[in-house]
Amino acid sequence: MSSRGHIDARAPVLVVGAGPVGLCAAIDLAQHGVKVLVLDQDDSLSEGSRAICFAKRTLEILDRLGVGEQAVARGVVWNTGKVFLRDRLLYQFDLLPEPGHHRPAFINLQQYLMEQLLVERLKMLPGAELRWRHRVTGLAPRADGVTVEVETPAGLEHFDCDYVVACDGARSPLRHLLGLESRGQVFRDRFLIADVRMQADFPPERWFWFDPPFHPGQSVLLHRQADNVWRIDFQLGWDADPERERQSENVLPRIRTMLGPDRPFTLEWVSVYTFQCRRMDRFAHGRVLFAGDAAHQVSPFGARGANSGIQDADNLAWKLCAVLRGEAPPALLESYDAERVPAADENILHSTRSTDFITPKSDASRALRDATLQLAEFFPFARRLVNSGRLSLPSVYRDSPLNTADDAAFGQDACGPGAPAADAPVDTRDGRSWLIDEVGGRFDLLYFAGADGVPDALRERFEALRRQPVPVETTVISARGMRPDVGRYFEDIDGLFAARYDAAPGSAWLLRPDQHVCARWRRFDPDRVRAAQRRALALPALETVT
Amino acid sequence: MKLRLEPNLDAPDDFYQALVDLHRDLDAAQTLLVNARLILLLANHIGDGGVLREALRLARDPAAGAPAPARS
Repeated sequence: MSSRGHIDARAPVLVVGAGPVGLCAAIDLAQHGVKVLVLDQDDSLSEGSRAICFAKRTLEILDRLGVGEQAVARGVVWNTGKVFLRDRLLYQFDLLPEPGHHRPAFINLQQYLMEQLLVERLKMLPGAELRWRHRVTGLAPRADGVTVEVETPAGLEHFDCDYVVACDGARSPLRHLLGLESRGQVFRDRFLIADVRMQADFPPERWFWFDPPFHPGQSVLLHRQADNVWRIDFQLGWDADPERERQSENVLPRIRTMLGPDRPFTLEWVSVYTFQCRRMDRFAHGRVLFAGDAAHQVSPFGARGANSGIQDADNLAWKLCAVLRGEAPPALLESYDAERVPAADENILHSTRSTDFITPKSDASRALRDATLQLAEFFPFARRLVNSGRLSLPSVYRDSPLNTADDAAFGQDACGPGAPAADAPVDTRDGRSWLIDEVGGRFDLLYFAGADGVPDALRERFEALRRQPVPVETTVISARGMRPDVGRYFEDIDGLFAARYDAAPGSAWLLRPDQHVCARWRRFDPDRVRAAQRRALALPALETVT
Repeated sequence: MKLRLEPNLDAPDDFYQALVDLHRDLDAAQTLLVNARLILLLANHIGDGGVLREALRLARDPAAGAPAPARS
């Protein structure tokens, strides 16, 4: 494409792709006050349910983005999964066995309904704009920005921006425009996916069958979605003819066999798919940053596609914002790779293992799988080996360069550097709330006060942290019954904060704007907090003044 | 824990016969399944990941576990 000439529109950030990932990135940026323009080549929301399972961590991110409540209200809440072998229940699992979390393990919500909520939210934000029927046809990154050539209903236009966030899906035209590849493994299996509308009183659970009587020799997955729509996934095998299987005269009998002859239903959407587990070598390419399926792809078993993509957006948005504001050097964006590439590998690993279990690739692999299922019927140990999808949990950025290493001991399972903040019910000055809903969008310091409350000297230090150019907002958390007289305090009403963080009087945690912990201490020291914050912003360490 | 490679079976001949008998009258596919179930049962009993990894390695390549030849 031609060099910089006429520019039709300019924005600090251009997001390409108005799917869940692009919309979340755009909302996050706009909430931080960054002007953002979202382009999508289609003319409306996606068709068919596509991504349906949104995990607890994603719901927490959606809460921060202002749509969590609507998503949960609109979606179907579920915590239980059941695994069947033939016509028998093998076992069931509860994904959120302990109380004291605001959000459930999962909700099911069709992708188009999620996108609709996100689009409505984006439209409420000043500085954000969404344009449909805009297809990117050229990309010219420079040292100081990117010029993007776009085919629009009004003809060819040129947009200029500081950064491009490419959320343009598994086939990612932007990836191709830059001559980049996403590499990995194609799985030799085909699946029929059907959205069925019906009245049924099955509980809202994930049901997975191995070798069911209504579909012998293959697997089937059933999920309830909003508005009495049900998702059914039939494994077909590699030899199935996708064109033939997609025809309703072939789909309808399969569903009728499963549901029984007396249950009326209508077919809403049907698709036959194969899948891949693959990723790009790096997601950050100078001023073009890839997120979601464009950067990495997994099989659908485990709900790791949209969930990991939204976590990409969560990871990237605050960093882009800090760089654009001049609060952090561009090097901060390298940590997007350092944190999200291992997260993608973790998802690909789990997804590949699930796929190998569901679709064994050799006689030996099939025998081991069948033996596991046979044993699982009688012995709990074998149930731990059954893999119908290890469901999405947030990645912990354990080895992130943005973390500050512990200088004191904390319990092994306690929420620590790299982990998303664990939730806990709290009582605030304004009533009951959840810790996770009270942090994020800025650097937060959580300080656990003992029986002696908060000394005056500390209050001044908290205040000084709050007045920094990049503020750190301190929240004092105290055991039940103690209400220190400081600006922001929460009471740990059920003691779950103390338990989940291994808190002792005087302990402190620094949280990044994406709610991930980046440092913790047994003793609060403002200089260490500042040093940890600088590290989390990829700023060089200050020389120690002696 | 280390994988035990010195003789450890309390009645080796009895065990071997029982193992062969286990497969009597089974076709190849059934035998594969029975072996798989046996491996899974024993693996869970052992539990220790290091021991299991060492056993997997030696099952594929027994020579990898042979003691180094003595220097003369």
